Amino acid sequence: MQDLQALHNAILTGDATAAKNIAERALAAGADPLKLVNDYMIPAMDEVGRRFECSEYFVPELLISARAMKAALDLIRPMLVARGEETAGRVVIGTVKGDLHDIGKNLVASMLEGGGFEVIDLGVNVSPEQFVTAVRERGAQIVAMSALLTTTMPSMKNTVEALKHAGLRDKVKIIVGGAPITDKYAKEIGADGYSDNAPSAVALARKQLARA
Amino acid sequence: MRSFIAEVLGAGPVVTDGAWGTQLQARGLGGDFPDAWNLSKPELVGEVARSYVEAGSRVVLTNTFGANRLRLHGCGLADRVVEINRTGVRISRQAAEGRAFVFASLGPSGRMLLSGDTSPEELRAAFDEQAGALADGGADAIVVETMTDLTEALLAVEAACATGLPVVACMVFDSGKQKDRTMMGTTPEQAAAALVAAGADVIGANCGSGIANYLPVCSRLHAATDRPIWIKANAGLPVIVDGKVVYQISPETFASYVPGLLNAGASFIGGCCGTDPEFVRAMKRHVQPGS
Repeated sequence: MQDLQALHNAILTGDATAAKNIAERALAAGADPLKLVNDYMIPAMDEVGRRFECSEYFVPELLISARAMKAALDLIRPMLVARGEETAGRVVIGTVKGDLHDIGKNLVASMLEGGGFEVIDLGVNVSPEQFVTAVRERGAQIVAMSALLTTTMPSMKNTVEALKHAGLRDKVKIIVGGAPITDKYAKEIGADGYSDNAPSAVALARKQLARA
Repeated sequence: MRSFIAEVLGAGPVVTDGAWGTQLQARGLGGDFPDAWNLSKPELVGEVARSYVEAGSRVVLTNTFGANRLRLHGCGLADRVVEINRTGVRISRQAAEGRAFVFASLGPSGRMLLSGDTSPEELRAAFDEQAGALADGGADAIVVETMTDLTEALLAVEAACATGLPVVACMVFDSGKQKDRTMMGTTPEQAAAALVAAGADVIGANCGSGIANYLPVCSRLHAATDRPIWIKANAGLPVIVDGKVVYQISPETFASYVPGLLNAGASFIGGCCGTDPEFVRAMKRHVQPGS
């Protein structure tokens, strides 16, 4: 299975073409798609996250690795769906009402996709009502909210409240992030978790669903 | 253009201004786009500028940080780019009344090149348009600030330089274990070399994760170039107390880092998010006599 270590390496170094080609060849040769994802691809993204944590990788490396992961996943996902395999989970993500900053939110969305999640991106300036509608209509298990401005942080709280009023609070896990957000603030507004960077948001999302 | 900067620094290091966004917030900005206030609430924008001039800022910035086409598009103001920037310069100029220089603020686009949200051509056109309007408005210099991506910063510096005005170029160093890299992993040395090569007359660091982290960043920028260094740190990260946003560092504590920054080679010193005129007064006490 030397070839498959190359799949791991292609994702680690952000080589989308190689990742796609190796995955394609492996599938043609009869490799188990779930094994490709669980034994080679997700561990590669975990290693990307580890390298980010110790400052060997920065945002550009995260993005190109996530892109390579996605190139291979796009091939494999239809096969998994056909077999009835579930994705890691369905996430509704958005930058909260009043806030137009999307760079951080986009990074988290890319990393979640790379982590095998299905991501529904609502964009920026997302109202509590839009979050509620998306959760209800798309059956998301996780709501991920971003805010860069101290002035838009209260929109996070309003969204948590809106989910409560809609009777959906116990159906979803809520995770939050963004420059001014802290773990303490997340607890105060009744969110389930906080992450201060994109790779650990993936770990957080997994942990939340494992608990659910 | 460096002769103008040399003139500004003639009597020694200079104290610039403090935050604008948090000061506008204190005047009821709420969910409005800050730069739009140049047209709708010019008197309140002028109040911020004047409060800094009165506190002793010798350089004041302008309320034009986000006034590029890409950001203004998000709030339906893309056709007001020129007006918002020109008015921003005029407001600060009137507040200065000849007591301070007006350095016009030009911030990032809010889009990311690397993820394909924008192109170098689109960015350059947006920065050309904004820098041109700031120059026409009569700014003394342009400050390219809060940049996180060196590629985008260079496009902005080139656009600013094309106006013929002196250019200050600064980036945010808040990432990595030592908080000494940009979000994209660029070191102070790499930033200094590239920004100077692109034509910046002054280089520096702003915003970030607190003033203490900018001491080593300042030293490294200074060692990497012969250009003057510009430092505008924020007042640390905010905390929420009783539902209100509070920056916990006092003006005195913030200003106690000023002698260290001067030793580390800073020529322009001011504050970013969370700082106010009291911070400027406190900094002035540590910077004499040219400040």
